[in-house]
Amino acid sequence: MRIAAAIVAAVLALAGFADAGEQRVSRVALPAVKIEKGEACVAPTAQMRRDHMKMLLHQRDGTLRQGLREPRFSLKNCIDCHASRETGSVLGKDGFCSSCHAYAAVSMDCFECHTALRQSRAAGAPR
Amino acid sequence: MSPERRQFLGWGAAAAAGAALAPGFSLIELARARSPQEAASALQRWGLLIDITKCADCDACVTACHEENGVTGHGRPETDAQWIRKVNLRDKRTGYAQTLPLMCQHCEHPPCVDVCPTGASFKRDDGIVLVDKHTCIGCRYCVMACPYGARSFVHETVSGQKADVPRGKGTVESCTLCVHRVDRGETPACVEACNRDGGKAMVFGDLNDASAEIHRRLRGEPSSQIRADLALNTGVRYQGL
Repeated sequence: MRIAAAIVAAVLALAGFADAGEQRVSRVALPAVKIEKGEACVAPTAQMRRDHMKMLLHQRDGTLRQGLREPRFSLKNCIDCHASRETGSVLGKDGFCSSCHAYAAVSMDCFECHTALRQSRAAGAPR
Repeated sequence: MSPERRQFLGWGAAAAAGAALAPGFSLIELARARSPQEAASALQRWGLLIDITKCADCDACVTACHEENGVTGHGRPETDAQWIRKVNLRDKRTGYAQTLPLMCQHCEHPPCVDVCPTGASFKRDDGIVLVDKHTCIGCRYCVMACPYGARSFVHETVSGQKADVPRGKGTVESCTLCVHRVDRGETPACVEACNRDGGKAMVFGDLNDASAEIHRRLRGEPSSQIRADLALNTGVRYQGL
């Protein structure tokens, strides 16, 4: 929880610098970066922010075409940790994926086909 | 590349892999579940053997398939996706009736792969024919090309997909031989259901593995392919047809 708070604080601070003033901060909703589970992601935060899409793309082709199902960089693994405790989903208003992508104005197509719900446990169950 | 040349190279690759094995390991080991870091191998070829004489008048396989893969309809049979279906045959003269499950036949030379303009329709090294929905543009050439009518187009927005089986509007889909289960070392859902609730008519296994039941039965008993005249060398074989 402390780590989550620290990350949220860091994001807030960064966003403040980037905007050079509070004007945009007040107009655009900041992403809700809530980490629901675990101490650390599969890679350092800075690398995840920059390269998560590359990891997913690489994993997706390996999984589908060669049957390489290493869980580390799989979308299922992302959702397992990052799905919201309340909704069990990475989408929605405060969803881990959707809120940041809305902030960055980047559309993602993953969830046109893939489920956004955590599978391993019932939604909301502590892990 | 002609089929003969391809087959010759395949034999070469198999021989090389066999020669490279360390002492104490046999090719039989390869028939077991792969580790997640290990790619699907051309040494295997997954297939099904369906004994129609045992195929009961039930739809356990269809129900299990659609449950496993999250294939839900909208009550519109003409456009709803169908990964497997029961086909009823009836000899007009004698009235002899048969029923059989029909799904993607996982051909060695799949016409759906030949016609795909984007390379989305592909055959995995272990013989499973799949659609890469990331590159599928929904042109439906493969739906037209498949002689078995095995492919379906997803016409409507899908929700409630299974985590292992992504499905989405605007792409083509078909039987995956439950590739996510096969990669875990399990059998497809239809086979499991048939052996549990149905007539125990289906056998799943590696066609290349001499110790597998499917290999043994195909070698020792008569079997047939549907539309064998097309020389597609299907991975799904039938008995009693």
